[in-house]
Amino acid sequence: MKAGTKFALGAILIVGSVGYLMASGIKQTGQYFLTPSELAQRVSADPSFYDLGMKVGARVVPGSVRKETATQTLRFHITDGTVSYPVIFKGLPPDTFTDSVEVVVEGRLLKDGVIHATDVLAKCGSRYEAVPKA
Amino acid sequence: MTLLGYFSLWLALVVGLWGAITGFVGGAQGRADLQQSARHATFALFGALLIAVISLEVAIFRHDFSVQYVASRTSRNLPTFYLWSALYSGQEGSLLFWAAVLSLFAALTQLLTGGRYRVYLPYVAAVTSLVASFFVSVMLFAANPFQRLAFTPMDGQGMNPQLQNPGMVFHPPMLYLGYISITIPFAFAIAALLTKKLDTEWMVAVRKWTIVSWLFLSIGLLIGMWWAYVELGWGGYWAWDPVENAALLPWLVMTAYLHSVMIQEKRGMLKKWNVALILGAWVLSIFGTFLTRSGVISSVHSFTESPVGYYFLFFLVAATAATAVLYVTRLPLLQAEATLESMVSREASFLFNNLLFIGLAFSVLWGTLFPIISEAVMGVKITYGPPTFNFVNIPLGLTLLLLTGIGPLIAWRRASTANLQRQFAVPVTVGVFALLILLVAGMRDGWALVAFSVGAFVVGTVVQEFARGARARNRQYGEALPFAVLQLLSRNRRRYGGYIVHIGIVLLFVGFAGMAFKTETEATLRPGESAELKARDGHVYTFTHLGISQYNALNRQVTAALLDVRRDGKEIGRLRTEKRQHVDALGNRTFEPSTEVGIMSGLRVDLYVVLAGLVNGTEQAVFRFTINPLVWWVWFGGFVLVIGGLIVLWPGGAPVAVKGSKASHVQAGYAVKLEAAP
Repeated sequence: MKAGTKFALGAILIVGSVGYLMASGIKQTGQYFLTPSELAQRVSADPSFYDLGMKVGARVVPGSVRKETATQTLRFHITDGTVSYPVIFKGLPPDTFTDSVEVVVEGRLLKDGVIHATDVLAKCGSRYEAVPKA
Repeated sequence: MTLLGYFSLWLALVVGLWGAITGFVGGAQGRADLQQSARHATFALFGALLIAVISLEVAIFRHDFSVQYVASRTSRNLPTFYLWSALYSGQEGSLLFWAAVLSLFAALTQLLTGGRYRVYLPYVAAVTSLVASFFVSVMLFAANPFQRLAFTPMDGQGMNPQLQNPGMVFHPPMLYLGYISITIPFAFAIAALLTKKLDTEWMVAVRKWTIVSWLFLSIGLLIGMWWAYVELGWGGYWAWDPVENAALLPWLVMTAYLHSVMIQEKRGMLKKWNVALILGAWVLSIFGTFLTRSGVISSVHSFTESPVGYYFLFFLVAATAATAVLYVTRLPLLQAEATLESMVSREASFLFNNLLFIGLAFSVLWGTLFPIISEAVMGVKITYGPPTFNFVNIPLGLTLLLLTGIGPLIAWRRASTANLQRQFAVPVTVGVFALLILLVAGMRDGWALVAFSVGAFVVGTVVQEFARGARARNRQYGEALPFAVLQLLSRNRRRYGGYIVHIGIVLLFVGFAGMAFKTETEATLRPGESAELKARDGHVYTFTHLGISQYNALNRQVTAALLDVRRDGKEIGRLRTEKRQHVDALGNRTFEPSTEVGIMSGLRVDLYVVLAGLVNGTEQAVFRFTINPLVWWVWFGGFVLVIGGLIVLWPGGAPVAVKGSKASHVQAGYAVKLEAAP
């Protein structure tokens, strides 16, 4: 076999394993990223969406945040305008987490209808600029 | 001043377009007067943009809040240090900074490049002027840094507290310098394609620039990691955020190029590939800018959504298309002069190294875009988060690390079995030995074991290379060994500087692998109470809450917690962590509170403490304690890498070998003598 052919085989092997790693990586670690409406739709169509790890992107409902600093528990509601879900999160919220901020909640929706979050990311629309004065 | 700045932007646009036209036309028709004019246009362009930069800095330092940019990003009580960085802390200013630095590089290129590379210069002037003109036109039509407000506020809105960190003063310019300097090799590549002078000469002309941009990208990435680590408070330094990825992509491609260009110089192979890498690195740098500014992909770095994104998208598509067409039409001229002779050769190992780099770059690109792709194709967004990135990239990265050790050991063209035995015996032994020691010590994490033992193998390779080279010099010239090592470094900077970069990479991997042994706990403590955290190496750390202090600083109200730290019961120091509420000059709150992490850094572990908050305003405080093993080695590895890069870059040294030129024969003879000596 010529060296060029051998090299082509090696190249195919590398390209193949990169592709395989990516495909199986997504399969094993990828998560759905849904809005509350999409989540409600999917849950009603397919109950297996309960207790499935996912991310939900929405806005915190103003006035819904309850912080218990002593037990480090955070309760709040998220909404996309049409559907709203309660969220419970044990842990420290990020600095940027406030009322009505956009958040990405990582966790599972359980049968009790509450999203049990393992992580909460707050997103600032314009991180590098000052908050507009209300 | 702002009027002057705005005027000079228009001037820059006119001059830039003039430079582009005269450069292309002058080059194509061989008209010396137009070529000269294009050259002068790059100088004028730099002059005009320099005036614009000075105008904006003057407005910032004078607190001229009638300028929107100044009012929305600075305030009267902002420390002077950060007034400098305000120039590039926002969208408009960073565009100006970008254009100005590009014009500086373009002017320097015209000044410094001489001799036989002169044929390329008109086209280089044209390409750089065109790219700079694009940036200037974005400022003029979508993001004017000199935009005035209808009224003049009493005070500005201030700078985001997370940008008020020394890392943020240096990280963006370093990264920008890396991004921007890619434009110079890109311009030479375009010039070579247009003039059809596609031998290796243009690559020699841009060698320094490719290393410069690689070095700046490296420094920018490292400082960015450091900033994320000390400022953001989530306990890590790399989150596979889209914008981090956007900076990593050109770095990966440039690193691939720096290796594959050696094959072209030595063996005349891979011509198409090398041109494609340069063109690709540049396209990725524009893609990264587009990603940062468009809000297409949500990221912590997103600037406000603005029409700027559309400009960049248009430019990206147009430039990519034009580049691709030019490249394809010139492909027949890029024939290799030699073919691969054996799989067991330096060429082959470099080829695999390149494939892995590009595979890695592709997986990062794919992962960054995957949420968009999955939504378009499957109708549902699927995340491609850090777990997925790690799943894919850790194996690829470790394979690359392995090749870092293998490449330098294999001979060019075809390696014999004897050669392989002679070369691999020591490094492989070192690697296996390291693996056994770690296994006996009780380490069981698979990837970390691979990382450490492969790292030891690579270090073995480098040390062996240095030892052989030094011994050869010792025999041939009678130099003492330490002096011989220095001579090696100074005589063959590219090779031995490159080995030092490899050592830096190994140290970085050691630091990355350390994160596999991270431990974390959260606790709510009253003064006097303690929390315990056991590190994976068995040491127990005790953190005792000593109390809270509150006071006002220049532009912020500080709440600080002091902690006593003990290792296995022995006091090792104190840690302090803060919550900062930034205020304006009147004492009104600006921004959300930010966290100042307490870090005690050591060779083995970093103790990392975050004050999350106080319970109902009492001194009872909530903390998060993290033990991050080996993080120090990331910064040290980065330092070594930069030093290695500087050695490669340092002017002078032995003439560089170019296939087909006279210098290469001289160099080859010299190398053979050294090889034959032992």
